Amino acid sequence: MAIQVREVKRAELKTRGPAAALAASDVRKAFRPAKVVRGSGTAVRAVDGVSLSVWRGEIYGLLGANGSGKSTLIRLFSTLLTPDAGEVRVFGLDIDRDELAVKRLINRVSVEASFFKKLSAMENLVYAGRLYGVAPDESRPKIVSILRRLGIEDARMKEPLETLSRGMQQKVAIARAFLSTPMLLLLDEPTTGLDVRSKREVQTFVRDLRDEHDATIVLTTHDLDEAARLADRIGILHQGRLVAEGTAEELAARHGGGTLEDVFMTLTGRRLDDADATDAERPT
Amino acid sequence: MIANVGAQLGLAYAFVEREIALSKRYWAWEIVWLVYGIVTSLSVAYIGLAAPTITGGSADTAAVSRLVLYLLVGTITWRFLGLIFEQMAETIAWERWEGTIEYTFMAPVPRVTHLLGMCGATLVRALGFSVAILAAVALFVPVDLSHANALAAAVLLVVGAVAFVGLAIASAVFPLLWTEKGLQMAYIVQAVVLLVSGVYYPTTILPDWMQILSFISPATYVIRGMRDALLDGADLAAVWPNLWPALLVGAISIPLGLRVFLWAERHAKRTGRLKRSG
Repeated sequence: MAIQVREVKRAELKTRGPAAALAASDVRKAFRPAKVVRGSGTAVRAVDGVSLSVWRGEIYGLLGANGSGKSTLIRLFSTLLTPDAGEVRVFGLDIDRDELAVKRLINRVSVEASFFKKLSAMENLVYAGRLYGVAPDESRPKIVSILRRLGIEDARMKEPLETLSRGMQQKVAIARAFLSTPMLLLLDEPTTGLDVRSKREVQTFVRDLRDEHDATIVLTTHDLDEAARLADRIGILHQGRLVAEGTAEELAARHGGGTLEDVFMTLTGRRLDDADATDAERPT
Repeated sequence: MIANVGAQLGLAYAFVEREIALSKRYWAWEIVWLVYGIVTSLSVAYIGLAAPTITGGSADTAAVSRLVLYLLVGTITWRFLGLIFEQMAETIAWERWEGTIEYTFMAPVPRVTHLLGMCGATLVRALGFSVAILAAVALFVPVDLSHANALAAAVLLVVGAVAFVGLAIASAVFPLLWTEKGLQMAYIVQAVVLLVSGVYYPTTILPDWMQILSFISPATYVIRGMRDALLDGADLAAVWPNLWPALLVGAISIPLGLRVFLWAERHAKRTGRLKRSG
């Protein structure tokens, strides 16, 4: 039933005009520090008036240092946070008013793999499939196929997740998101902490996902190479604000040429690595 | 309509299946809780058996047997209700600990369906544990159920479970709102309910202010009714005075618990507490 509803929704969306897959308008989110005396303490603006549009089939890279607001923005798009102000629409649906319908269209991969650690990859993914209306009969062969493609051997699919390496767990997380065939996939630093080989495999899979399955992808990263390699357009977040947006070439042309690293430095006054080190304490 | 109900039941079953899979993987802990439950119930039964020795009174076999059954009905019924409360109250805390909370709350599953699934899983586990504990205790202590009215007892258990679900859903809110200490708060609520519900004694011996709490605890009525049914063979008509208050508490607490939970979820989304690390 859920699958049918999703398919109908997809069909409806395909017949519509070129509406943005994701449209954020003047979105704001602030957090109060946890331990303050009532009435004191200043709210930290994690996202400060961000407006952006991501077009269908696009890979949009959100680039920023730790604490720049990337993860908060992704959590807002994922319906895990409600904005203080502004509006977010997914394929024209308001994430607040049409929450359940939006949830059927999206999925997310976060920097932590986030599974039931004692359950196997297969058990976790069958469960995840059920939550998205995919029956086990349908999901099991699909899971095997996706995990094989991501380089996970059959024998390891039945082992508790906690026995798999971090890279493998992250691949299972990507498989989980892929299983629900989301129209909008939110990838929050999916390759952070992975070795070079795993990183490349995940990046290839992300690109294939877009090319083969008509998915729109928002990818947050603080890896400049990854942003340049994967993203059709890049938005640079700095202290909760979207300070620049465009293709890598456009950004370079607009901000004095050079590399993406040069552009980042021009816009924020710091190198990305330095910014990561000094901004680490800001909420994400 | 029917298709939608079927789809929602399918979604709810995802949680039942998940909990069964987790129980299998955490089988050693399940054995620990089972042994703990058996030992606790058995200890209480032995207190009953030792009552004449402890008090220096006469060893009237029938009276001792009644006391043992009185205590066992209390402790095993409480084990059943307590497991429902614990598992439902841990719904959020457990997912936060596993790190899966964001994925569960992001999934396109109505919250009512999510909680319905968790209730189903909880009832299966609580019933299994309670039957196993009763069977194990019966191996060591003579349990006279010759006068019991099984139907009345079964109805009371079902109604008690329903009544407790609402209370447990409301308590699951604590870990949602207070990420660090919420579960402790839920356990305190459970402890107070244990104290005031007459699990091991009639509530009439409690101080007046505690009796007010016992009046609103659904466990009070369920345990009292269970004793009437299992010790004295009371039928459904005879246990009705304990049945309807439990029904009433359930009818109020479930919608209220759901409403409180939904409010807490919205609050958690506003304040950024719907995340694994709190």
